[in-house]
Amino acid sequence: MNLPTLLLVLPAVGFLIALLLPRSSPHASRTWALVISLATFAVSLALPAMFDRNTAGEQLALNVPWITTPDIHYYVAVDGIGLWLVLLSTFLTPICVLISWRSIQNRAKEFYAFLLLLEVGLIGVFIAQDLFLFYVFWEISLVPMYFLVGIWGHERRIYAAVKFFLFTMAGSVLMLAAIIYLYNRAGTFSYPALVEMLQSGRLAFAPNEQLLLFLAFFLAFAIKVPLFPLHTWLPDAHVEAPTAGSVMLASVMLKMGTYGILHFCLPLFPSASRTCAPWIVVLALIGIIYGALVSLVQPNMKKLAAYSSVSHLGFVVLGIFSFTQLGFDGAVYQMLNHGISTGALFALVGLLYERRHSLEIADYGGVATAAPWLSTAFLITTLASIGLPALNNFVGEFLVLQGAALANFKWAIYAAIGVILSACYMLWLYQRVFYGEVNEEIRSHLPDLNLREWALVVPLIAMMVWMGVYSQSFLPAVGKTTARVLSQTQVNVPFQVQARPQTEVARAR
Amino acid sequence: MQLWLIPLLPFAGFVINGLFGRRFSKGVVNIFAIGSVVLSFAWVLKTILGLGDMTSPYVEHYFTWIQSGNFTLNADFAVDRLTAVMLLVVTGIGSLIHIYATGYMAHEHGPNHGGYYRFFAYMNLFMFFMLVLVLGANFLVLFVGWEGVGLCSYLLIGFYFDKKFATDAGNKAFIVNRIGDFGFALAMFYIVKSFGSLDFATVFQKAPSAPESALTIIGLLLLVGATGKSAQIPLYVWLPDAMAGPTPVSALIHAATMVTAGVYMTSRSWAIYTHAPLAMEFIAVIGIATAFFAATIGIAQNDIKKVFAYSTVSQLGYMFVGVGCGAFGAGIYHLVTHAFFKALLFLGSGSVIHALSGEQDLRNMGGLRKHTPWTFWTMMCAGVAIAGIPPFAGFFSKDAILLAAYHHAPWMYWLGTLTAGITAFYVFRAMFLAFFGKYRGHEHHPHESPAVMLAPLVVLAALSLAGGYFFKVPQFLSTVFPPMEEGEDMTLVAISVAAGVLGIFLAWLMYVAQPRLADSLSIKGLYTLVYNKYFVDEVYDAAVVKPVVGGSRVLLWRVADVGLIDGIVNGIGSRARDVGAVLRSLQSGNIRSYATWVVFGSVLLIVAMGMAGGAR
Repeated sequence: MNLPTLLLVLPAVGFLIALLLPRSSPHASRTWALVISLATFAVSLALPAMFDRNTAGEQLALNVPWITTPDIHYYVAVDGIGLWLVLLSTFLTPICVLISWRSIQNRAKEFYAFLLLLEVGLIGVFIAQDLFLFYVFWEISLVPMYFLVGIWGHERRIYAAVKFFLFTMAGSVLMLAAIIYLYNRAGTFSYPALVEMLQSGRLAFAPNEQLLLFLAFFLAFAIKVPLFPLHTWLPDAHVEAPTAGSVMLASVMLKMGTYGILHFCLPLFPSASRTCAPWIVVLALIGIIYGALVSLVQPNMKKLAAYSSVSHLGFVVLGIFSFTQLGFDGAVYQMLNHGISTGALFALVGLLYERRHSLEIADYGGVATAAPWLSTAFLITTLASIGLPALNNFVGEFLVLQGAALANFKWAIYAAIGVILSACYMLWLYQRVFYGEVNEEIRSHLPDLNLREWALVVPLIAMMVWMGVYSQSFLPAVGKTTARVLSQTQVNVPFQVQARPQTEVARAR
Repeated sequence: MQLWLIPLLPFAGFVINGLFGRRFSKGVVNIFAIGSVVLSFAWVLKTILGLGDMTSPYVEHYFTWIQSGNFTLNADFAVDRLTAVMLLVVTGIGSLIHIYATGYMAHEHGPNHGGYYRFFAYMNLFMFFMLVLVLGANFLVLFVGWEGVGLCSYLLIGFYFDKKFATDAGNKAFIVNRIGDFGFALAMFYIVKSFGSLDFATVFQKAPSAPESALTIIGLLLLVGATGKSAQIPLYVWLPDAMAGPTPVSALIHAATMVTAGVYMTSRSWAIYTHAPLAMEFIAVIGIATAFFAATIGIAQNDIKKVFAYSTVSQLGYMFVGVGCGAFGAGIYHLVTHAFFKALLFLGSGSVIHALSGEQDLRNMGGLRKHTPWTFWTMMCAGVAIAGIPPFAGFFSKDAILLAAYHHAPWMYWLGTLTAGITAFYVFRAMFLAFFGKYRGHEHHPHESPAVMLAPLVVLAALSLAGGYFFKVPQFLSTVFPPMEEGEDMTLVAISVAAGVLGIFLAWLMYVAQPRLADSLSIKGLYTLVYNKYFVDEVYDAAVVKPVVGGSRVLLWRVADVGLIDGIVNGIGSRARDVGAVLRSLQSGNIRSYATWVVFGSVLLIVAMGMAGGAR
C-alpha cells in the first residue's frame, strides 16, 4: 500500500473506530487513541527511510481519479518539506494523547476521536498534491480544532472557537475561489501539473491576475501563520484551548500557513511573490519585534507563548521572502523547530496548569524547589526557544537571519532585535514562575514529573538536542526541495521583465 | 590527537553529576567533578606536548553541522599557540578552582538542599563550553561556546535561585550579553556575506584583500560582542551584579576565564583588525576608558567582591588597550597573569568570607591577618602582582601594554599609568581594611579555611609572583600575531611602577597610618557619585528598561493589539457574533448531527464545483 495513504488511513480508521467505542469507558478511548497514534508514528518512520534524499521531486506518489467532473484526483505524495511536517504531526499526536490522559475526563470519547481526525487533516494537508484535495484536508483539520477549543476549552471557549473559525474561514474562502479560478484557467487541480505548465510556458498569468491569485492564497495562509496584523485570533484560541489543542495548534496548524506559502504561493505565482516580498518582509519584521514586545508584558503564560509564536513565525516568513537558499532552509527548519520547542512549551505549561489550575504567572513562584525535573525540562525548552546554540532553534534562526542578511542586511539587523527580546520575555517568565521563595501552596500542589509525563517530555527534549547538534539528519532532504522552489521562483522572472519596466524590476528585487 | 576529549571530559562530568548527583554523596560528586577537569588538563598537556612547536594550526574535523546551498559549516576544532595558552589557563586555573570549591561549597547547599551536585554540574558544563569556545575552528563553533558559557554564567549567578537579587543578576547578565551577541551575530552574517565562510582559516586568509569598509564594519560588530562578554563600556553593568553567585564562580567565570573571551576573540581576529584601523582605535579607546572608569568606582566599594569585580572590569580594559594598540601578545599576556592574580584575589576573598560565615562588607572586617595568615599572605602576593610591582606577574604584562600604548598614543599611556596607581590604591585599601587594624565584625570566631581551599591559594600565589617572569607569553605567541616594534623605555617603566608604589603608600596612609584621614577629605559629592557607580544602572533603567516594558504594556498591547487591531476585527465580528449564535446552535455535541453537516457541506461544495467546472 502507498505509504502516505497508509498514514491517512490509519488515523482515519482509528477515528471511525473511536466513534464506536462505548462512551462509558474513557479509558478505552484513551488507550485506543494512544495505540493508533503510536502505530501511525511508527509507520511514519518509514517515510524518511524510503525517501530518496537525492532527488527534489514529489515521491511515494499515488494518483487515482476521485471525481471525474470536475477532474479531481486523489493525488498524494511527499516532498522534502512535507516529509518532515508529516513526521512532526505523527510525532506530536501521541504526545498530545499523553498530555490529555488525566486532564480530559469529560466526553473523552469524542475528544480522542477529534484528535485522530485532526491528525488525518494535518497529514493530508502536507501530502495532498491535488489542490482540491488539499482544500478538503485544510477544512477537515479546521473542524476538529474548532470543537477541541469550543468543547474542552476554558471559560471564553465559544468566543475563541468562533473567532478562530471565522478568521480561518475568511481566508480559506478566498483560497477556494482562487483554486476554482485556477482550475478554470488550467483545467487541472494537480499541483505538479500546474507547476509544469507554468514552467513550460503553456500557462501564464497576466501580472494583475497573478497578483490577485497570489493574494487570495497568501491571505489564507497569512491568517494561519499568523502574520501581523492578522494574529489576534491566536492568543484567544491558545488561552482557551485545552493543552493538546494548544500544542497541535502551535506546533502543526500554524505551519499549514508557512508550508502553503512555500509550497503553493511561491512556485505558482513567482513574480507576484517577489513583487510583494518587500512588503511582506516588513510585516514579518514588525511581527518579530512586536510579538516579542507584547509577549514581554503578558500576565498569562499561554498568551505569552502565543505572542512569542507570532514572533517566531515572523522569522519563518522572513526566511521565505528573503528568496535565498539559506533563508528557505532556515524557514523550513524553523517550522519544525517551533513545532518541537513551542509544542513542548505548551505541554509544560499544561502540566503546570494541571497542578495549580492557573495560567497566571503571578500565581506561581518557587516551582524549581518543588518540582526540580519539571523545572529542568522547562529550562531546556526555554533555552531552545531563545535560540541557544546546540539546541534546535539556533540552527533555524541562524539560517534565516543569514539568508535575510544576504538579501538585505538591514532585515537581519531588525530581526536580530527579536532574538534579544526573546531572551527577555522567556527568562523573565522563567524567573517569575520557577525561581523565588516557595510557598506552601506551591509546595503541596506541585509534585514533580510522573512516569507518563516523563514519557512525553523526554522525546521532545531529545529532538531539541538532536536537531540542534546534528541538523544533517534533516536538512539535506529539505535543501533539495527548497532549491527546486528557488529555481521555480526564478523561472518566471523573464516573464516579469516582459510585463514590467526594467527599473521597476530592479527596485522590486 | 583526540581534541574532542578535552571538552568532552567535563561534559561527561556534567551529565553524570547532573543526572545522578542527587543520589551521590559529596565525595562521589567530587570525584566526577574534579576528576573530569583534571583529566581534561592532563589531556591538554599531552596534546600540547604531542603537537611540537605548533607553528601552524592543527585542525580536527568531526562532522558537518549546518549545510545549506553552498554554505557549509563544520564542527571543527583547531589548536595553535594561542589556543594552547588559553587551554592551559582554562583547564589549569579551572582545576584549582574546582578543588577549592569542594571546600568552599561544603556548607553551601543552596535552595532545597540539593545545591552541591548542581553547583558542580554547572561548573563542569561551564568548562565544556569554555573549552569549545577556545577550540572552535570557526566563528560559529566559537559562538556555541560563547553562548554556552553565558548560559552557565546565568545559572551560576542565579545559583541561590530563591533569592530575587541573585536571579535578577542572572537575567541581567544573560540579557546584557545578548545585546553584545546581537553584534557578534551580525558580524558573522557580514563575514559570510563578504567571505562566504566562517572558518578562521578562510576568513583570515581572505581578509587582507577585502575592502576596509567591510572589515571595519565586521571589526566594530565583533567589538560589540566583546564589550558584552568582557564587560566593557557600555555593557559592563552586568559583571558587578554577577557577584551574587558563589565566590568560586566569580573567580573562575567572572575573573579568570569567561570574561576574557572577548579579548581572545578580538585577538583571534587580528587579521581583520589590523586592516581596520578605525575598529582598532575603538578597541583601544573603549579599553582605556573602561580601565580608568571602573578603577575609580573600585575605590568606593565596601563589598570586598564588588571591589574586585570593578577591578576585573578595569583590568579587562587594559587587555583591550593592548589589543587595540596592536600588541595582541601583550593583551593575552595580561589575560594570563590576570587569571593568576585575580583568581587568587577572588578565592582569597572567598576564604575571608568563609572565615566570617558569609560576611562580605569590608567595614565589618579588620585585623584578620592574625586569624587567617595563609589567606592574608597569599592575597598579598596577588596584591603586589596586580599593583605592577616588579618582578611579579602583573608588572610584566601591564608594562608591555603600557609601552604599546605609549607608542600608539602617549595620552593612553598616561591615563593607563594613572589607572595603575588607582588600582594599587583600591586593592590595598581592601587589603588594609580586611587584614589590618582592629577587628570590627560580628562573627565571633574567624577561622582559617581548610587545606583543600588553601592549597589552590598557594599555587596561585606562586604563579602570581613568578608567572610573569617564567611564562613569556608574547614571545611564545610571536608566531601567531603580527610583529610589534620592540622598544624598551626604562623611564616609562619607572613612572608606571612609581604610580603603583604611590597607590599602595596612599592606601597605607589613609587606612592604616591615619585612618581618620579618609573621612576628613571633604569630597562628599564626588564620593556619592562614585559610591553609586555614577548612577549608570539607574540611567539604563530609566532610559531603556522602563520605556520598553511600559511602552509594550500600554501602547503595544492595550492600545494597539487589544484596542486597535482586535477592535477592528471585532467590529467586523459584531456581525460575526450573530453568525456565532447560529454556529452555536449547530454545536449540539451530537456526532451524528455533525457528520450530517459535514456531508451536507461537502455535497454543496462538490455541486458548486461541478457547476463552476461545467461553466468553463
